[in-house]
Amino acid sequence: MSVFLFWIFALMMLVFGVAVVINRNPVASALSLVVSFLALAALFMSLDAYFIGIIQVLVYAGAIMVLFLFIIMLLDLRAEELRKINWVASAGGLAVALALMVQIFAVIGRFSLAKQTFPSLARSTSDDVHRIGLLLFDNYNLPFQIIGVVILVATIGAVMLSRRETR
Amino acid sequence: MTFTTKSLLPWLVLLLPLTSAGVITLFTRRRQNISALISVAAVLGSFTFSCVIFGKNDISAAEFSWIDIHGVFTVPLAFVLDDLSKLMLLVVSGVGSLIHIYSLGYMRDDEGKSRYFAALSLFMFAMLGIVLANNFVMMFIFWELVGFTSYVLIGHWFERDAAADAAKKAFLTTRIGDFGFMIGILMVWMATGSVVFDDIVAHLSKITSNPGYLTIVAILIFCGAVGKSAQFPLHVWLPDAMEGPTPVSALIHAATMVAAGVYLLVRVAFLIQASQTALLVIAWIGTITALLGALMATQQSDIKRILAYSTISQLGYMFMAVGLASNEAAMFHLFTHAFFKALLFLAAGSVIVTLHHEQDIWKMGGLAKKLRITFATFAVGALALVGCPPFSGFFSKDAILALAYERNMSIFVIGLTTAFLTAFYISRAVMVAFLGKPRSDAARAGKESPLVMIIPLLILALFALIAGLESVAQHFLVVPHEKESVFTVPALALVALILGVGIATWLYRNRERDPLHLNLVRRRFYIDEFYEWLIGATQELLARIAAFFDRWIIDAGAVRGTSGGMFGLGAFLRLFQVGNLQAYAFLFGLGIVALIYFTIFR
Amino acid sequence: MVTLGDYLIVSGTLVTIGFAGVMVRRNIIIILMALELMLNAANLSLVAFSRFHVDPSGAPNYNAQVFVFFVITVAAAEVAVGLAIVVALFRLRQTTHVEDITSLKF
Repeated sequence: MSVFLFWIFALMMLVFGVAVVINRNPVASALSLVVSFLALAALFMSLDAYFIGIIQVLVYAGAIMVLFLFIIMLLDLRAEELRKINWVASAGGLAVALALMVQIFAVIGRFSLAKQTFPSLARSTSDDVHRIGLLLFDNYNLPFQIIGVVILVATIGAVMLSRRETR
Repeated sequence: MTFTTKSLLPWLVLLLPLTSAGVITLFTRRRQNISALISVAAVLGSFTFSCVIFGKNDISAAEFSWIDIHGVFTVPLAFVLDDLSKLMLLVVSGVGSLIHIYSLGYMRDDEGKSRYFAALSLFMFAMLGIVLANNFVMMFIFWELVGFTSYVLIGHWFERDAAADAAKKAFLTTRIGDFGFMIGILMVWMATGSVVFDDIVAHLSKITSNPGYLTIVAILIFCGAVGKSAQFPLHVWLPDAMEGPTPVSALIHAATMVAAGVYLLVRVAFLIQASQTALLVIAWIGTITALLGALMATQQSDIKRILAYSTISQLGYMFMAVGLASNEAAMFHLFTHAFFKALLFLAAGSVIVTLHHEQDIWKMGGLAKKLRITFATFAVGALALVGCPPFSGFFSKDAILALAYERNMSIFVIGLTTAFLTAFYISRAVMVAFLGKPRSDAARAGKESPLVMIIPLLILALFALIAGLESVAQHFLVVPHEKESVFTVPALALVALILGVGIATWLYRNRERDPLHLNLVRRRFYIDEFYEWLIGATQELLARIAAFFDRWIIDAGAVRGTSGGMFGLGAFLRLFQVGNLQAYAFLFGLGIVALIYFTIFR
Repeated sequence: MVTLGDYLIVSGTLVTIGFAGVMVRRNIIIILMALELMLNAANLSLVAFSRFHVDPSGAPNYNAQVFVFFVITVAAAEVAVGLAIVVALFRLRQTTHVEDITSLKF
């Protein structure tokens, strides 16, 4: 059962990922991306990573994609007109991407642990929020604080950059 | 080591002239006459001590070590005092003293007297050093020093372009020979590990075991002799060297320096005689030189140049003897030649100074009556030169010709021809310069030279007369004896002599101008012109190569090539700065793929 | 059963899709979105490994999930700033087409 679900969600994620890349309409792209993220969140859940899954939905699908859509609306982007496609550049890019894929698959193929299934967990596994929280505030406190500063800086940066040049 | 009078004596012989040169240069430059006397005193002192040394049978000189790199390179300052060097000491200092005394008269009115005598003393020092040296390096140092003092003396009247050029020519030409000599020394040292003559003899097998190496070494050392003794093809400097004062020509270019080449070969005979090829080369070069010198002498009109070519020719005889493996004959001829050639030069100098430095024989004439003693001594020298018995030249030349008759018939024939030519040209000189009628005012006004010049002439004439007789010569050296059965050789030599004198007399009697015009010979076989062309052509070639190199390789290649390369590289790299985001991403991706490939899959 | 390798293959494919998107598309917004795809693929891989390495007490290794937390946060910050730049650029050039923005061309 879980195998079946895994492949459904995986496929959904991949197909909608392709849709993001292929679509001419930026709104359609954004919405495909949202669906892709949701599928990814499901995958996270299947890996017993409930906190991360929820965070994925809340932050990525909820905040980041909303931001994207806002910007698309702000800039009033229409569907892209067909321009002359530079076949050479596209082919080159695809070739590199394909090469990367081949390499990744080769590495995974060589990876000795790849064939193994996941070991079972000891007890109730829904305390991952608790655990992650402990790790975050105990072991990784400094990076946590720095992340806070990063977000602050990003906010200020975003405001500064998108201001109109008046006065 | 103990410093006895015995062991210091040779050092005195060597250092007296050096001290004289030093004193003259430092202290008595202004007082010309005192300089002259100091120099004469020094060389007389050397002569005296040389006589003392000659008298003693066993004498060894104090030895100092100069360079001592253990086992690798050792150069001592030591002397070799065997019969050969004792004889040479006598000859060099004896003839040298006579010439010093003669110079007192010849250079009486010269302005550079101090300079002259200082250089003369320095030359004596260097020449005695060559004679006394017991190792190659020491000999080479003195060898070069002799070349240098010869340069100074030839160019004594340096305001004359001809003299300055001649001095340069002498130095450079002998330098070429010295270069070969130096390489020969290095090869000897490389093979035997030592430069001292005795050590080399002990280790001789190391060289003789390789015949090719041995021949090359022998021929290279011979090169030094070729240069210094003006053999073909490096003979070109000697006639030009006549630009120097006549006593200089007599001392350096007749009696001593040019004999240094012969002395060298005799000294290292153990090396030379081990290689038949080298001996053959030496013999033939000597023969060719003898012939060429005699030929060229027949058409010269400058009396000193006649004598110069005569020297070249006689030296050829000496080398012929060395090449035919008879050191005794070579040394014998060197011994007699020193006397009669110096005599001839000094007599010529007497004529020249009386005629106010006139050297062209066609402007002389009739001097036999006016300069009686000079004429008589010149005649004695001439007779010795042609080998008329019982003068000394007869015995020494006869020894060499007999040697050739024994060992190499073709050389003998050429030697005989040269004897004929010798008789011819010296008779021509005597006929034209001394006999007949005076051909110029100077000749008419000539009178005999002062006593200080006459006395050396007389002493030399005496030796030219008797030095060949066995009773005299045997005290000095080993007189060579060829098989007594050959009377043919002296007979043939006499025939050549009479023919030469006869034809010259018939041709040149009572003439105003030279009846013979052999351009080839008169222009000295165009050898000088050839050398000039050769040097010019070589220089041109080298200059062209350098210019090509500079223009194409350095300018176009290195300089412009580098800048052009930089431009090209810049233009190529510019293609990467497209401003296109996705091009950057493409390169980025390419880099990642490559990186992964090289780290994981290699 | 689903193996670790399956998750990794899916993650790899997603990365490739995202990378292809960056290379091929000309609209800068789409490129940013493709970039997000790549980041998420990395997250998936991290979480898979986190689940895979179980410590003796029976709990997965949560360090990787903390890492994912940070990745998500940074991605958010980066998108914010990136889109602000796009907005400023659009005001200047009136275009989001990548090939129109070539001021850096030498």
